[in-house]
Amino acid sequence: MMRLITRHVPLAVTLLACAFLLIPIIQSILAGLTVNYFRGLSSGLTLKWIVQVWELYSDSIFLSIWLALTCLAATLVIGVPAAYVLARNPGRITRVLEEFISLPLAIPGLALALALLQLYGTVQGFRTSWTFILVGHVLYTLPFMVRSVLSVLAAIDLRTLEEGAASLGAGPARRFVDVVVPNAMPGILAGALTVVTLSIGEFNLTWMLHTPYLKTLPVGLADSYASMRLEVASAYTLVFFVMIVPLLMAMQWASARAQRIMQ
Amino acid sequence: MTLTLTNIAKTFPGGTKALLPTDLEIAKGEILSLLGPSGCGKSTLLRIIAGLETPDPGASIVFDGDDVTHQSVESRKIGMVFQSYALFPNMSVRSNIGYGLKMQKLPKAEIAARVDEVIGLCQLAPYADRAVTALSGGQKQRVALARAMAPRPRVLLLDEPLSALDAALRNHLRDELALLLRQFGITAIFVTHDQDEAMAIADRVAVMSQGQVAQIGTPEALYRNPATGFVARFVGDAMPLEGRIERAHMHLPGGVLTLPQAGDGQQVLVRAEDISIDPQGPITGRVETVTFLGTHYRIALSGVMAGPLFMLHAGLSAPKPGDEVRLSIPPEALLVLPMEMAA
Repeated sequence: MMRLITRHVPLAVTLLACAFLLIPIIQSILAGLTVNYFRGLSSGLTLKWIVQVWELYSDSIFLSIWLALTCLAATLVIGVPAAYVLARNPGRITRVLEEFISLPLAIPGLALALALLQLYGTVQGFRTSWTFILVGHVLYTLPFMVRSVLSVLAAIDLRTLEEGAASLGAGPARRFVDVVVPNAMPGILAGALTVVTLSIGEFNLTWMLHTPYLKTLPVGLADSYASMRLEVASAYTLVFFVMIVPLLMAMQWASARAQRIMQ
Repeated sequence: MTLTLTNIAKTFPGGTKALLPTDLEIAKGEILSLLGPSGCGKSTLLRIIAGLETPDPGASIVFDGDDVTHQSVESRKIGMVFQSYALFPNMSVRSNIGYGLKMQKLPKAEIAARVDEVIGLCQLAPYADRAVTALSGGQKQRVALARAMAPRPRVLLLDEPLSALDAALRNHLRDELALLLRQFGITAIFVTHDQDEAMAIADRVAVMSQGQVAQIGTPEALYRNPATGFVARFVGDAMPLEGRIERAHMHLPGGVLTLPQAGDGQQVLVRAEDISIDPQGPITGRVETVTFLGTHYRIALSGVMAGPLFMLHAGLSAPKPGDEVRLSIPPEALLVLPMEMAA
């Protein structure tokens, strides 16, 4: 009897928790596929809402993908060398710098966006360009890239590896390309997936920075819930899921791999 | 290649003097060992020769007439073997060994041929295409040596290359390394804290202490004629005798020893293997412990001086703990050396 309780109660709790999390998602997906949500599934299933989402918001989808990729490029170009410098010169100053890079994480996206608007909002061409949103995304995602690369670099004896390469005739640039980057790869990969996922899903900051002609995926989602039929908005959610879930899974895989390297 | 070091010193930013001004000359094809306890400056000196540390102003490092003092590591054409090997985990054994040749921008075919040659010499053929992470400690050590040797460096620098290995393997690889270095015929500098390692591998040993070279010479010269008490203790484990010196005699609680020369104001040291049991010997001691070591016994004696004195006893039997024994030490085996300042 006792064993029955110890075995089944936790299972029931777990299932309930899963249901609590999953039912709204399933409901939302179903809503995006039913002809009329208020009449229920009996009204039949359809893909027309998804087609409608595509017609209305495909620009947002492409903009989001474009932003995510350029944001990734920017965080790679800035973040990997930054993490390298931090890993190579451990000390008080670099710790302070590391905290500075991480600061955007502690500030609400809204406040960050306000600061950007205050500073650059009057620069005409910039304010209305997609690069303005990109700057916000880079600010927000850079700490993730730096942290991820830094943790892998900190786990290997980078200094001795570089000294080894130098003794064999490799100059600083060669050492970075041949030794630092390949050995940081698990961290770079994990960081890259995090950056892309965060950039695609970012709402707070983007919502403040966007213009009517520059709506990203999450901003478009908010827009569709505010101004479209519930079925359209739900179909939009489904599209969003299809894009984000594979990224999330790849991210899990990559960070597990990076963890293994560090052990 | 002849290596000439003049006035090499290193003061760390905090003001610590890691290395006091040092001059050294290493002949072509010579294997020199820098031997000393940790913190004596031996690794700093090696890293300065490599170009991984900058010496204090006024230093000069010359490789065969080529002044490299202000050259970067990568342009010095040295080979280096690190304590942790520093093999590139992202490359195979073959790519690790070929890396230095790739840096010299040699044609692919020549790189392959020279890598194969070194792989053969170091007996690495069965592992050539493995990942370096899949190798044992001894194999990694050989890959590190092969990688350093493949570009035919002007001088090979080895920083405690055996100390990451376990004891049994270390002894085996020590002899193997000595043989390989002689085969390569390269000028080499070898840093170690292990006197057996230095003796087995090096042509000459520089014993270092507190940032300077205490003595430099062949292993035999250092053993027979140590210049300081430190060298005598570090090479061959000489024990200082605690007693009163009157001209050529040393008065110990266990008896009076004759010294080879007047030793007033100096210290006297003796090695365990120079003490022997002799019924006519001038001093007496009491056996405390006896340890059987296969080829000989190691005996701890009390009563000779305030502290314990150790002796090595060859033979088929040994006295038992508690026995009183008479001991003799030939005068020429007693090392009369100047007193040192307290470290």
